[in-house]
Amino acid sequence: MLTIKNLHASIEGNEILRGINLEVKAGEVHAIMGPNGSGKSTLASVLAGREEYEISEGEVIFQGKDLLEMAPEERAREGVFLAFQYPVEIPGVSTTNFLRTAVNQVREYRGKEALDAVKFLSVMKEKMKLVEIDQKLLSRSLNEGFSGGEKKRNEIFQMAMLEPTLSILDETDSGLDIDALRIVSSGVNKLKTPQTATIVVTHYQRLLDYIVPDYVHVLYNGKIVKSGSKELALELEEKGYDWIKEEAESASV
Amino acid sequence: MTTLTKNKITDQILELHQSLNNFKDLRTNGAAILEQKGLPALKEEEYKFTAITKKLDQNISNFGPAHTVQLNAELVNEHLFEGFDGDLIVFNNGIYSPEFSHFSGQDYTIAVLDQEPQESLGTIAKMEKDPFVALNSTTFRSGIAIHVGRNKQIEKPIFFLFFNQAHNGEVISPRLFIQIEDNAEVTFLENTVSLDENPYFSNMVTEIKVAQNAHVHYSRLQAEHRRAIVVNNFETDIHRDATFTSSLVSLSGDMVRNNLSLNLLDSGCEGNMYGLYLLNGKTHVDNHTNVDHTKPHAESNELYKGILADKSRGVFNGKIFVRQDAQKTNAFQQNNNILLSEDATVNTKPQLEIWADDVKCSHGCTTGQLDEEALFYLQARGLGKEQAKGLLLYAFAGEVLDKISNDGFRAFVTQKVQERLGGSY
Repeated sequence: MLTIKNLHASIEGNEILRGINLEVKAGEVHAIMGPNGSGKSTLASVLAGREEYEISEGEVIFQGKDLLEMAPEERAREGVFLAFQYPVEIPGVSTTNFLRTAVNQVREYRGKEALDAVKFLSVMKEKMKLVEIDQKLLSRSLNEGFSGGEKKRNEIFQMAMLEPTLSILDETDSGLDIDALRIVSSGVNKLKTPQTATIVVTHYQRLLDYIVPDYVHVLYNGKIVKSGSKELALELEEKGYDWIKEEAESASV
Repeated sequence: MTTLTKNKITDQILELHQSLNNFKDLRTNGAAILEQKGLPALKEEEYKFTAITKKLDQNISNFGPAHTVQLNAELVNEHLFEGFDGDLIVFNNGIYSPEFSHFSGQDYTIAVLDQEPQESLGTIAKMEKDPFVALNSTTFRSGIAIHVGRNKQIEKPIFFLFFNQAHNGEVISPRLFIQIEDNAEVTFLENTVSLDENPYFSNMVTEIKVAQNAHVHYSRLQAEHRRAIVVNNFETDIHRDATFTSSLVSLSGDMVRNNLSLNLLDSGCEGNMYGLYLLNGKTHVDNHTNVDHTKPHAESNELYKGILADKSRGVFNGKIFVRQDAQKTNAFQQNNNILLSEDATVNTKPQLEIWADDVKCSHGCTTGQLDEEALFYLQARGLGKEQAKGLLLYAFAGEVLDKISNDGFRAFVTQKVQERLGGSY
């Protein structure tokens, strides 16, 4: 579904990603872990199409198409979804308000019929249950005055509404208490199908108790320096990242 | 050079309007002020960002009065907004047009101001304060006075609809004097329609007295054509426990100067000023607002927002006076601007003078670009870039649009704003 080859990306002249290679197949869950500043969020942002990053080398093929050639909205319509690490507050725009436009744009692109107000509401109600989110929250200004947990639940709610093929969760667990984490993870798990894939970017192993990955990759200095099964995450939890850093540095010397 | 221009215009104006025989005192006083001061030059602090006198000199070829033009019922009806239900007061180049106006006349009176005595005229908007008030006082031919009696609750809005059309850039001088007596409630709406693309100079004066415990909303739309030069002096005296709310949305024109002054004359009164300027092309809109807190326990709220594209220019100047007596004053002011092009400019200046020591005052102004992070967020959800921009700008503007109290008028103005932003949201 997704093939990343030798991806290099920089911002303001600083190279952050230095040759990422990754293959994600339908039905898989990949966890990307790594110490702060290793490039995890940059990878998520580059995949979603954030324009500040300059791609100097490499390619990203998503379902046979060159992802890097597409505008952020095209990627979304093609089925890429990014759950933001820091969801933006937008005064005056409610979730319900922009999401109906968004959902219908996406549906139109995928050759489906647009949802009228009534149908949209009924789909919304159904998806709201997934993340136990209140309708009142969705009619308020987007993320304004939301708690950390509410913001992240809203991200997963939007994911449910947009029905992506590839979901990228950028530190969706950061700052969540265990209850919120359970709700968010169970939402993600319910949305999993054999046709979809998930990339979970996280700093903490804890999330992976709830969203169980098929593969774990460790990112360090802009490269994937180690890949393994979910046991790798447990090892990281126990031993920290220092041994990874040492290994990576001795390998590069 | 400036002095020459100044004198040239004022001399012409005084000469061309000298045949007016009514309101002798007012006109004599106005003429004296104009002769002495002239129209404002750029070096004058109050007009330093808005070269209105130069603009007049370059674009107005005949400073004589604009005469009434041919209107018809169909044209008037075309400019009523959908769902309009209220009283209609039509002005033809600033002159009240009874044949196209309709109102029940039960709860308030309308009088044509074409002769003395009208002692109140000029008592709220004082011509010493602004030369354009003096100018209007020498050039207006007739105005109207509206009187809303005590305890009258006027449920339906009173809509002032102005039709402007000048052939040689003449002067249009509307004049309104409105008195709202104790405990009365009323909503006024105002729109100005340019009938063609010829330049004109509209110089309007509105004076409003809001008596004790009266509540008044006044919403205005400014969407005149690209060559219209407009000056408005709008001044309100607000008495004990009364509320006055002004909403003003400016969308077009050549150069527009709005002076808005709220005089909070007693305790318990509240003055609100909301404004939106959504500009493109070379439109220049200058909002000078002034709120004067004179007594304790009064409140004022002000929110002006600007969206500026192309080579447009916005000016915001917000004065708040809190006099020594005005303890426990609450005064809030906010001005936010979004610049959509590198050639657009905004000059914003809060001006607070506080003489009392126990007050709550705040002010803030921001000028920036569209929030790129928010734009990316919406795009990442599948919204096209232009659509996402429109949605964000509409949300920004919406805070001001929401303040328009009349549903029909708000929908009408909202539609104009959405048309400008390129879509409905």
